[in-house]
Amino acid sequence: MLGEGIIKGMAETARNFLGSYVSDERLTTVQYPEERSPQIENARQFPFLVFDGNDPMAGLRCVACQICEKECPPKCIYIVKSKDKKPDYKGQLQLYPATFDIDLSVCMSCQICVEVCPFESIKMDTEYELSTADRFGGLLVNKHRLAKSNDHYRKIHPKDAADSDAALAMEVAKTQAKARAAAEAEAKAAAEAKAKTTAAQPAPQSP
Amino acid sequence: MINGLDQIFVTLKYWLVGQLANVLPASLLPLVSVLLSLVPILVVFPALFAITTVLERKGLGRIQNRYGPNRVGPFGFLQFAADGIKAIIKEDVVPRAADKVIHFLAPVVLVVPAFLVYSVLPVGRNMVAMDIDAGLLFFFAVGAASELAVFMAGWSSRNKYSLLGAMRAVAQMVSYEIPLILSTVTVVMIVGSLSTVDIVAKQSGYHAIGLPNWFVFTPWGFAGFILFLISANAEANRSPFDMPEGESEIIAGYFIEYSGFKFALFFLAEYLGLFAVSGLAITLFLGGWHAPLAALEFIPSWVWFFAKLLGLIGLFIWTRGTLPRLRVDQLMNFAWKFMLPMALINLLAAACWHLIGAGATRWIVCTLLVVGFYVLLGRGLMAGKKLAKRVYRYAN
Repeated sequence: MLGEGIIKGMAETARNFLGSYVSDERLTTVQYPEERSPQIENARQFPFLVFDGNDPMAGLRCVACQICEKECPPKCIYIVKSKDKKPDYKGQLQLYPATFDIDLSVCMSCQICVEVCPFESIKMDTEYELSTADRFGGLLVNKHRLAKSNDHYRKIHPKDAADSDAALAMEVAKTQAKARAAAEAEAKAAAEAKAKTTAAQPAPQSP
Repeated sequence: MINGLDQIFVTLKYWLVGQLANVLPASLLPLVSVLLSLVPILVVFPALFAITTVLERKGLGRIQNRYGPNRVGPFGFLQFAADGIKAIIKEDVVPRAADKVIHFLAPVVLVVPAFLVYSVLPVGRNMVAMDIDAGLLFFFAVGAASELAVFMAGWSSRNKYSLLGAMRAVAQMVSYEIPLILSTVTVVMIVGSLSTVDIVAKQSGYHAIGLPNWFVFTPWGFAGFILFLISANAEANRSPFDMPEGESEIIAGYFIEYSGFKFALFFLAEYLGLFAVSGLAITLFLGGWHAPLAALEFIPSWVWFFAKLLGLIGLFIWTRGTLPRLRVDQLMNFAWKFMLPMALINLLAAACWHLIGAGATRWIVCTLLVVGFYVLLGRGLMAGKKLAKRVYRYAN
């Protein structure tokens, strides 16, 4: 009959209206500033620079290779290489970024910088409350504000951080093995050279 | 005591006039008396508007399983203050091409009749600002002025959307004015008076079974009440009849070019119009300020009026939360093919009710007339229409 659908609809909305007072499951709203919904494992907002150890500037993994700067689609990364070098986590002497700025207002959170970085030094952060009252200085994030510890990375992305740590440990092991091999080879070469010299020289004391 | 509480505002007014008579010259006293009747209207109904905006947002929120506003004040009930301050401090933008005088006048012309119609609504025993013999006629004559204001707003904005919105609004208001007035004519036929006070007085007393003597409890009154509510919904431009605003297709209709406090005035006028037609529905069909049961007579009459008003507002919010917006052609079809014939048959039913005289016969005849015609009309309108779940050709 005419009007039947309206009655049904009114009953449905009444059920929803009353139900929202009875069952809390219906109210899916998260009361934002007081409560936050947990973020998913792969949440990403804005990149940060990983550092090892306690001193952010000394432990920065970035070697200023500028790959991320070149790959960044919106061109929001700006890097100036240093003149001098400092030892990296492997003990090798490397350049470091004298300036590393990311423009927060330009970044599109694509994670390409993270994908291309060969040094596990730039990662995505999950921090999303990035508003600022200063629209120029506040949105241009320099390396001091970008630097965050590896512990922070382990906390926000445990799985990825474990992979990253394993990769770095492998690199270190490889370097050490190479160094050991080189040292061994050197020692061997030295020994051989010594032996050769010994062999080449006729034994003067031989009877 | 009970009578004192019932008449407290009337007594207060006479006491105030009596006190002022000692101070002011006698020639000013009528003016003072008029002012004392007007000021409560100018205070109470905008206050009701403020509360209703919050209640509506909270109610709609709950219907959609949300909380609704809950930040400003206790449970968010001071949200209207935040909204009001925001409306006042916003920039008042007037388009360069707009007809500035008419653009300025439109909200004023809209608000003034919205307030004027309250002068004939009896909100309690002896509580009517202006008891005139043609009260109902005054209500509709003044209320119709809002159409002019809407068209002024739409035309003067020099914006295609506002013009479209205004044209829709005028077409809709003119179409629904007819069933609105025809459904009230039944009451006038039975009561034999256009005075709102007389209409309320006629609905006093109770049936033998305890039901009050309200017109809504008669077959023609019930049908008239439903028709009146639907038309009132359309007259107030509220969902599902909010085509003049139609955010999805014409952005905000006739008030698209209004900002700041002028926009707030449009909003105010819309709600005042809603309260006014709800008040009229109460006066005509729901027994005005009369109590629903003899045992509840001790509660003051004005409490009953405002309780019924809040109930009707709740019903309108509920409808808004339920029904989607109609299309313009559906709206017009509904007005001319359903509302108008039903209103005319209802007139016939009221005439039968009046002529047959008290007894069971007139109940049977009127009920059969109204219900039978409703069913037949419904069948006729639905015939040949396939109502089924919509099938999409490409999307599935």
